[in-house]
Amino acid sequence: MLAAMPPSPTADLTSLSDVTASESSLTRFLHGLPGVDQVGAEARAASLATRSIKTTAKAQALDLAITMVDLTTLEGQDTPGKVRALAAKAMRPDPADPTCPAAAAVCVYPDMVATAKEVLGDSGVHVAAVATAFPSGRAAMDIKLADTRDAVEAGADEIDMVIDRGAFLSGRYLQVFEEIVAVREACARSGAEDAHLKVIFETGELQTYDNVRRVSWLAMLAGAHFIKTSTGKVQPAATLPVTLVMLEAVRDFRAATGQMVGVKPAGGIRTSKDAIKYLVMVNEVAGGDWLDPDWFRFGASTLLNDLLMQRTKLTTGRYSGPDYFTLD
Amino acid sequence: MGIDLTYAPAPESRSIVDLKASYGLFIDGEFVDGHGSDSSAFKTINPATEEVLAEVAEADAADVDAAVKAARRAYQRVWSRMPGSERAKYLYRIARIIQERGRELAVLESLDNGKPIKESRDVDIPVVAAHFFYYAGWADKLEFSGYAGSDGSAPRPLGVAGQIIPWNFPLLMLAWKIAPALACGNTVVLKPAETTPLTALLFAEICQQADLPPGVVNIVTGAGETGQALVAHPDIDKVAFTGSTAVGKAIARSIAGTDKKATLELGGKAANIVFDDAPLDQAVEGIVNGIFFNQGHVCCAGSRLLVQESIADDLLERLKRRMSTLRLGDPLDKNTDIGAINSAEQLARIRELSEIGESEGAERWSPSCELPAQGFWFPPTLFTGVTQAHRIAREEVFGPVLSVLTFRTPSEAIEKANNTPYGLSAGVWTEKGSRILHVAGALKAGVVWANTFNKFDPTSPFGGFKESGYGREGGRQGLAAYLKTEQGGR
Amino acid sequence: MAARIDVRKTYKLYIGGAFPRSESGYSYIVNDAKGRFVANAALASRKDARDAVVAARKAFGSWSGRTAYNRAQVLYRVAEIMEDRRPQFVQALQQSEGLTAARANAALDAAIDRLVWYAGWADKLTQVVGNANPVAGPFFNLSTPEPTGVVAVLAPQESSLLGLVSVVAPAIVTGNTVVVVSSFDRPLPAVTFAEVLATSDVPGGVVNLLTGSAATIAPWLAAHMDVNAIDLVGVAGEQELATELEVAAADNLKRVRRAPGAEPDWTASPSLDTMTDFVEIKTVWHPMGV
Repeated sequence: MLAAMPPSPTADLTSLSDVTASESSLTRFLHGLPGVDQVGAEARAASLATRSIKTTAKAQALDLAITMVDLTTLEGQDTPGKVRALAAKAMRPDPADPTCPAAAAVCVYPDMVATAKEVLGDSGVHVAAVATAFPSGRAAMDIKLADTRDAVEAGADEIDMVIDRGAFLSGRYLQVFEEIVAVREACARSGAEDAHLKVIFETGELQTYDNVRRVSWLAMLAGAHFIKTSTGKVQPAATLPVTLVMLEAVRDFRAATGQMVGVKPAGGIRTSKDAIKYLVMVNEVAGGDWLDPDWFRFGASTLLNDLLMQRTKLTTGRYSGPDYFTLD
Repeated sequence: MGIDLTYAPAPESRSIVDLKASYGLFIDGEFVDGHGSDSSAFKTINPATEEVLAEVAEADAADVDAAVKAARRAYQRVWSRMPGSERAKYLYRIARIIQERGRELAVLESLDNGKPIKESRDVDIPVVAAHFFYYAGWADKLEFSGYAGSDGSAPRPLGVAGQIIPWNFPLLMLAWKIAPALACGNTVVLKPAETTPLTALLFAEICQQADLPPGVVNIVTGAGETGQALVAHPDIDKVAFTGSTAVGKAIARSIAGTDKKATLELGGKAANIVFDDAPLDQAVEGIVNGIFFNQGHVCCAGSRLLVQESIADDLLERLKRRMSTLRLGDPLDKNTDIGAINSAEQLARIRELSEIGESEGAERWSPSCELPAQGFWFPPTLFTGVTQAHRIAREEVFGPVLSVLTFRTPSEAIEKANNTPYGLSAGVWTEKGSRILHVAGALKAGVVWANTFNKFDPTSPFGGFKESGYGREGGRQGLAAYLKTEQGGR
Repeated sequence: MAARIDVRKTYKLYIGGAFPRSESGYSYIVNDAKGRFVANAALASRKDARDAVVAARKAFGSWSGRTAYNRAQVLYRVAEIMEDRRPQFVQALQQSEGLTAARANAALDAAIDRLVWYAGWADKLTQVVGNANPVAGPFFNLSTPEPTGVVAVLAPQESSLLGLVSVVAPAIVTGNTVVVVSSFDRPLPAVTFAEVLATSDVPGGVVNLLTGSAATIAPWLAAHMDVNAIDLVGVAGEQELATELEVAAADNLKRVRRAPGAEPDWTASPSLDTMTDFVEIKTVWHPMGV
C-alpha cells in the first residue's frame, strides 16, 4: 500500500565523501543526524506489531520469510557433519513438501565454508561466513582481514563482519569506518562480484537508538551491502524497534544517494509471528522493494521450523508438531 | 524486486455483541420506556455502512425529571451515606466487569462510532477500565485529596450531577464523568450523544451486574432538547459537559445566577510545534497520531502543525510518505487505521471547511485512498501554505485535516500557537530539554505534550484554558469538580 | 465405615516465590489458641533471612519498575483471592487467635478492606506527597517519592492477619520488596497469606515470609547492609531488643519505624507515614530556556 516514493537524492555519494574525510567531520555528521525518541520508536514498532496478517497474505509472508532465512550455526562444537546437515536442510527445508522454497543462505564460521560449499554447490543457496574475529571483534586488524580473505577464498558468497564496538563507543568513528572499508576490499573476488558484506553492529552493546542510527549511516557510507543487528551471542539481540531504526536509515540513505542497502535482524526471532511482524515493518517503513531476500534476511535457526509448521497448518488445516520436521 | 505484501481483511467478529432492536432509558436501576411516543424514538446507525443498529428512546422533560428524582433519592438515602470504602468497591466491581467484557464493549463502540477496532480495543476500553480503577481508589481517601475541610475531614459531594457527553469517545467520556462523580459520593444523570448511545446503555447493564444501588447512575438518551432539559432542571447541583464551545457558552449562560456548578470541556485548535532538532521520525508519528487518530474527532487534536521553516520540506516529505501507509476502511478490520466519520452532518462540515481552505488559497493534499461506497468517509488531508489568517487555521474542523504553518524562532512559534481563543492542548517536539520546559511554560494550553501526543491517563489532569473550557478531568485535581470546596467556585 | 484421615499441611517458608523448608532443618511447634497442637512450622535461620534478602533485592528492580497502575491491580487481585478463600482464612484466624466465627470474619473483612485501601494508593501517593516546586529561578523543579528498596518487616505478634496486611501492604504498594518475620505464636494466617500471594500475580521475591522468632532473626536483618529499612512493630513492648535493633540498623542508616510501647490498634485508620517512611523523595532540576 506504500505509494512509490521515487528516491530524490539530496546528496550523492561523492559529496558525502566530504563527511568521511576526517574524524571531526564524520563526528559532526553522525551527531547531526536527527535523534531517536526511545518511547516514540518503541511505540511505533509495537503498533506495527498489531497488524493482523491472514489467509493468502499470511501464506505469502511465510514463504517469503523462508526464502529470507540465513540458516545459522555458530558454535564452538560445530563439525563438518553438523554443517552438512544444516546445508541440506537449507536446500530442502521440508522433506515432505517439495513446494517449500529454499532458505537464502547458511551462515557458518570461516573454517566451515568449504564443507558447506561442497553440499550446496550451485543450488542457489548462498554461503555466508562470519569473520573479523566474530563475535567479539577484538583482534588486530591484519588478523581480522586474514580471517575475511580466508573465508572469501574458501568460497563464501557473503561475509558477516563485526564492528569494533569499543572503538565506536569511545568515539573513534573514523577507525570503525576505515575498518569496514578495508574488510569490503578484502571481499573482492577475482572474476566475480565482491562477496556481499554485512556489517554487524551488536546493537545490544550500543544500547541507544541514537547510536544505532549513527552506526547505520557510518556503515552505509563505508560500503556495507547489508547492515545487521547482532551476533546472536549477546542479549538483547534483534528487536523490532532496533530494526525499525535501521529500516529508517536505509530508507533515508536511498533517498539521499539512490542506493539500497539491506537489513538483517539476527538472534531472538523464534516464531513465525515474530517474522511476520518484521515483514510488516519492512513493508510500512522502508517499502516493498526491501521485501526480497536480496535486501532483507533473518539470522535464525529455530525460526525455520516454526515457519514450516505454520506453513503446514495453512495447507493442511491442522496444527503440526516437531516430530514432522527435521531437527537440523 | 520485492513483493506487494497486501494484508487480507482481518475482521473482528461482531457476534459477541448482542444488539437489541430497541433500547429504553435507564432510570432507577431499570430499563424503562420513555414517555415519548414511538415516533420520537431515534435510530442510531453504523457510520461505516449506514446500517441501522437500533432504535433508542428519546427522553423528554418528564423522563429527565424522573431520572433526576431517582438520582436525588439514591443520593440522600443511600449513596451520600455510604462509607467511601464501600463506594470504592462498587467502582472496583464496575472496573473489573469492564475488563471482563472488554472485547464486547470495543466492538460495540466501533460499530456505533466508526472508530477502528484497534483503537477501541487498545486505547478506549483499557483507559475506561483504568479510569474506574483509579477513582475507585480515591473514594475512601478524600481526606487526603487536598480538598479537605479545614478540620481535615473528608470533603462532601455536591449532590446530583447532570452530565452530557459527546460522540467522539463515547464510553471514555462516560468514564471521565461517572467515575470521579461516584467516587466523591455524587449520583448522576448522564446523556450520551445521540449518534453514540449504545455503549452507555451497555454500561447501564454493567451497573446492574455490579449490583450498583438503583438511581446512582441514570442514563437518559436523546439529543439537544434532552440535554437542555437536564441542564435546566432545578434539582441538579452540577453540570458537567463535554462538547462544542458554542453549547458550552449556552450552558454557562443558562446556569448564571443559580447555585449550579459547572465544568466544561470544549473545543480546541491545538498547535503541534516541531523544532529543527526534533526526533524527526517520532515527530512524524506524533503529528499523524495527533490529527488522524480517531479520524481527527478529538478536541485536543494537533490540528495545526507549526514546523520550523528550516526543516519544513524534509518533514513534509516524511509526513506525506507516512500518510500513504495509513489504511482507511472497515472499522472492524483489525488493520484499519482510519475509520468512518461519525455522521453525515460531521462529514458535511469537514467537507465545507476543506473547500473553504482550498478557496482561501491553501494547497490541499491527500494520499490516494479508496473510499467505500456506503458510509461516511474522508481521507487524511493536509493543507500547506496555511497562515493564521486562514479559516482552517482558526476554526475547529473536527476531522482528519491538518493545516501546516511555518515559523522561524521559538517566540514566533509560541505567539502563533497562543493566537487563538482556544487553549486545550499543544505539542512540542525538540530534543532540547530546556526548550521543552520553556515553551511548555509559555503555551496557554491545559495539556502540553512534549515529544509525544494524545496520551491520556486517569492520573493525569485534562482540561483547557480560555474558550476550551474550565475544570479538569483526571488526576487529583479532577476531584475538585465533584466536591464541595469551602471557597465555592466553579 | 472408618472416618477419613485428612492430609495435613506442611508449613514452610515463602522465599523468592517458592516454599522451601528452613535450611537449618529446624521447626517449632505451633499450637492453637487453646494450646492444642496444630503444626510444626519451619523455624527460619539467619541463612534463610540472608536468602530472603537476596530474593527481595532481585525482585526489587522489576517490581519498582512496574507502573503504579499495575501494582494496584496486583494488590487488588490479592484481595480478590483472599475474599475467595474466606473459609480458609476464617479457620486459620479461629485457630490462631481463638476468635469466634463472627469475629474471625470481621477480622478478615478488615484485612481485605485494608489491602484494598492500600492498593488504591499506588497511583495516588505521588500526587499527594510529590509536587513541583516554585523555585526562585528559571528552573523546572519536581519532587517525587521513590521506593527505598528492601524493607525488613517484623510483623505484629498478636494481630496475625489484619496486622500483617497493615505492615506489608504499605511497604510494597510503592514498589519496595519485603522480608517479613511473622508472628511467632500465630504464624498460620501468614502462611495462608503467602499461599495467596503465590497464586495471584505477585512476582516471586516481592514478599518473602519467614516463620520463626523475631528475637533470633531480626538482629541479622537489622544489621544486614543490603536492607534499606526496617519496621520494628513486631517487637513492640520489648524496649531493650528494639533499641539494639535500632543501633544495628544505624550501620547503613536504615530508615527505621520504631517499635511502639504496645501493639497498636490495627482497626484505626492508617496514616500516610506507613507508606512515606519507606520512600525517598527525589528532586530534579532542569533549566527552562530556548
